Amino acid sequence: MWARFARDRAASVGLAIIILFTVAAAAAHWIAPYDPTEQFFDGLTLEGAPLPPSSRFWFGSDTNGRDQFSRLLYGAQTSLLIGVLANGLAVAVGTLLGVTAGFLRGLTGAAIMRLTDLMMAFPPLLLAIALAAILKPGIGIVIVVIALVNWVQIARVIYAETTGLVNREYIEAARAMGAGPWRILWRHLLPHLVPTVIVYATLGIATTVLLEAMLSFLGRGVQPPTPAWGMMIFESQSYFLNAPWLVFVPGAAILILALAFNLVGDGLRDALDPTQRGRT
Amino acid sequence: MIGYLAGRLSASFLILVGVTIVTFGLTFLIPADPVAMIAGRTSTPQVREQIRVQLGLDQPLPVQYIAYVTRLAQGDLGRSYARKSDVGPLIASRLPPTLLLMLGAIIAELMIGIPAGLYAASRRGKTADKAAMIASFVSISTPQFVLGLSLIYVFAYLLPWAPLGGYGTFSHLVLPALTLGLAGGGWYSRMMRSSMIEVLQQDYIRTARAKGMPEWRVLLRHGMRNAILPIVAMIGLDVGIFMSGVVVVENVFGWPGIGQLMWQAIQSLDIPIIMGVTLVAAVFIVLGNLLADMIAPLIDPRIRLR
Repeated sequence: MWARFARDRAASVGLAIIILFTVAAAAAHWIAPYDPTEQFFDGLTLEGAPLPPSSRFWFGSDTNGRDQFSRLLYGAQTSLLIGVLANGLAVAVGTLLGVTAGFLRGLTGAAIMRLTDLMMAFPPLLLAIALAAILKPGIGIVIVVIALVNWVQIARVIYAETTGLVNREYIEAARAMGAGPWRILWRHLLPHLVPTVIVYATLGIATTVLLEAMLSFLGRGVQPPTPAWGMMIFESQSYFLNAPWLVFVPGAAILILALAFNLVGDGLRDALDPTQRGRT
Repeated sequence: MIGYLAGRLSASFLILVGVTIVTFGLTFLIPADPVAMIAGRTSTPQVREQIRVQLGLDQPLPVQYIAYVTRLAQGDLGRSYARKSDVGPLIASRLPPTLLLMLGAIIAELMIGIPAGLYAASRRGKTADKAAMIASFVSISTPQFVLGLSLIYVFAYLLPWAPLGGYGTFSHLVLPALTLGLAGGGWYSRMMRSSMIEVLQQDYIRTARAKGMPEWRVLLRHGMRNAILPIVAMIGLDVGIFMSGVVVVENVFGWPGIGQLMWQAIQSLDIPIIMGVTLVAAVFIVLGNLLADMIAPLIDPRIRLR
């Protein structure tokens, strides 16, 4: 499986990017040339305009005279932390509910699936905004809000997989041999679901990174002074025709990180399921 | 067929009921007390009690819910805190620009996705196919506000081909529609490609080729016409996806639709508008899904028999 993954050049590049961003985020404290919240006196022109990239400020300075490169590094912490935790929570809840619905079926299963139908009726961003507007914004709330809107898709996929599996003959054979429901669930169902969970967990991080960026661009994500890429763009939006690097640098960071997770997720899907190779 | 339609209709209705229960429930999470907001800080307990009775907040929950749904059915979505006007008419007046933008985005995504998917399928496994599929991932991974601002910078600022933003003429529509539709174009190119690859393996394609038909004709007449049907069936679902995107895109381009209304409401924490737009968006999504369910049997007769 790893050999198949490694042969996929796009996915390998994606994985390298993820590792690079993770290391940069983890080591931000040591790599970053400056404190991300420090406002430099020489970080603005005499007219108060931000500075373009230079040897002092590698990616320029922002409208408050702060170092854009340092903010970018610390922003990677925010993006990755929320991406991994919020999506991990969504995958855990989605998998649990999906398996439960597919395994038990009956009234419980129907109730869970109708709940997913209902959740699908809300646009994810609007529901997240409504929740974030009602609750107090903060990193914990952002994680919970994103998980709350993102568990639905994985629950539906896992439900479909589980219902397909429970009717297979080997499950029936296990049951005939006297295996109880817990044993069937743990030994015979969950192992088959692992590849799907891994693929959707990876693709889901891309979605989460984008959703977090949108929330933070709308001012409903993590709150200042914690740097977040979406917020960096939000803060400089009115100034960007004069200082385009303030949008392009964090924008490229969001794009590259989301793309990397999408490429790796797609590569994993191909590697874990060779019959699907090159189909979707 | 009638049974199928009745089933879809009743399912949609139940989801709409569920949607109103959720939005009703969300209003109880709002930390601000509506009575205190109306009465003011210096009000006496008697005045507050009077207002509570006037608002019906002393009634049991099911009664309050029925009253809430009755108000919704009459188009009463509450009053905006910041704008001092009714939310219903406010949203209604902002709907036409948003619908126009969505129409533009649907045209944009189909014009990008279908040719790209066709081309990739016809070059399956070759470099052009791989490049098209990576491009589709790039389009899916691009945050819409970054794309919108970049398009403004290049096509409205560096090259004066389009206005910086605003509303009114066709040239105002091009960049926002492209921004909203590009990610969908990426999805459609992937779906079109896999649908086309499936169709190209059918016997009638081999027959057409065996007749000596030119390859472009095989692809367009016999291939595309069949491969495009499952794609068309999904357009109704786009409405839901666009409902999130318009908030960002309309803000970036100064497009006066419900997305911009929502953005302004988010900045001032105008919860009645936020809830109202969320509710209207949910209704649109349910209708869009219903539309997709209605189109599906027209396209694939096998569904009618189920």
